[in-house]
Amino acid sequence: MPQISQILETYASQFFWLLIVFGLIYFTVSRVMLPKVEATMDARNRKIADDLAAAEHARAEANNLGDSGAADLTAARTAAQAKSAAAKVKAATDADARLAKADAEISAKIAAADADLAKATANALAGIEAVAAEAAADIVAKVSGAKVTSAQATKAVKAVMSHG
Amino acid sequence: MAGESGKIDPMYQFKIEPLAQLQLGGYDVSFTNSSLFMVLVLGALWVFMAGGMKREMVPGRWQMAVEGATGFINNMLTANVGPEGKKYVPLVFSLFMFILMANFMGMMPFGIVPGVHPFTITSHLTVTAVLALFSFGTVLVVGFWKHGLHFFSLFVPHGTPWWLLWLIPVIELFSFMIRPFSLALRLFVAMTAGHIMMKVLAGFVINGLNAEAAWVPLIVSFPAFLLMIGITLLELLVCAIQAYVFALLTSLYINDAVNLH
Repeated sequence: MPQISQILETYASQFFWLLIVFGLIYFTVSRVMLPKVEATMDARNRKIADDLAAAEHARAEANNLGDSGAADLTAARTAAQAKSAAAKVKAATDADARLAKADAEISAKIAAADADLAKATANALAGIEAVAAEAAADIVAKVSGAKVTSAQATKAVKAVMSHG
Repeated sequence: MAGESGKIDPMYQFKIEPLAQLQLGGYDVSFTNSSLFMVLVLGALWVFMAGGMKREMVPGRWQMAVEGATGFINNMLTANVGPEGKKYVPLVFSLFMFILMANFMGMMPFGIVPGVHPFTITSHLTVTAVLALFSFGTVLVVGFWKHGLHFFSLFVPHGTPWWLLWLIPVIELFSFMIRPFSLALRLFVAMTAGHIMMKVLAGFVINGLNAEAAWVPLIVSFPAFLLMIGITLLELLVCAIQAYVFALLTSLYINDAVNLH
């Protein structure tokens, strides 16, 4: 086994070169290069953590905005409902008032028309009496040859009409 | 790989051969094939880390791999030691990446180039012992630095009955002192045993193909080759697991030193 049989001849060389090489590894690789690699990793980890925190912050903000937006929406809806209810009430009263006015006008017109109609009927009735009296006098004269005064004729017509 | 007699020696892969002679203060510090692979590991680690240094916010594949490795060690220490564990990330990362790269470098198929063979640094006790001492030494220094002599309370766990006070500290001290040995031996033995097994199986394949009897390749070489594929995959897994175990135990020991149970 050369490891043991050669140990006395080679230990000095082994120690010497191992110390040189391991010293170089320790002082160049582990003391100079390693911290730079670790600094890069730390910077990356910090950046990731920062970005995550920023994203979390933005999310919280967005949630707040959404909440206040919903509140605004509710308020606007309530206001709009109140306005539309008021408008409905006003429109109803207006319509009632107008309806009442129109009713009154129409009633007045109907009353006037009724009066006209009554007058016209009275006139017509009066005309009919005169015509009937005249016709009655003519008929009497033709049938009997007797002269009937218009007063008598009118009297007779009135008596018939009131019975009749 | 092949000995003089044409036999395949599974231990040859662990042999250290000097590539350039070098003396320093009376010690032989020649640049060997082991040193060469240490330097290769260092280069591979540099390339790997440099590929992850683009520092992009959205990482590419390579940067992802590097960040996966650093994040793995970082999590291990944070989970086992707590926030204070961050201080020990460089040490544990160095140990983990060095062992991982060395294990994998020893599995590379450099053998397809004639005359070249891969060398597994971590299959040498001299190397794993030094790595274990880095781990254990850190625990000792941190423990005494932070807690002074109070560090010895580590050997008296909470809730020890008074009538066991003569025994428990001895056991705890023993288990504490054995840590560097278990760290070093575990890695050394795992890598050595795995590589020996692979070489023995590879020897079956090659010797079976060279046999004179025609049935031998079919009966010996082919099943051995199939087994070899499985064992190679298993060995790759062991490479990663051993690096993980070393790093995990080191972070657990550091936790003892920092938090005293």
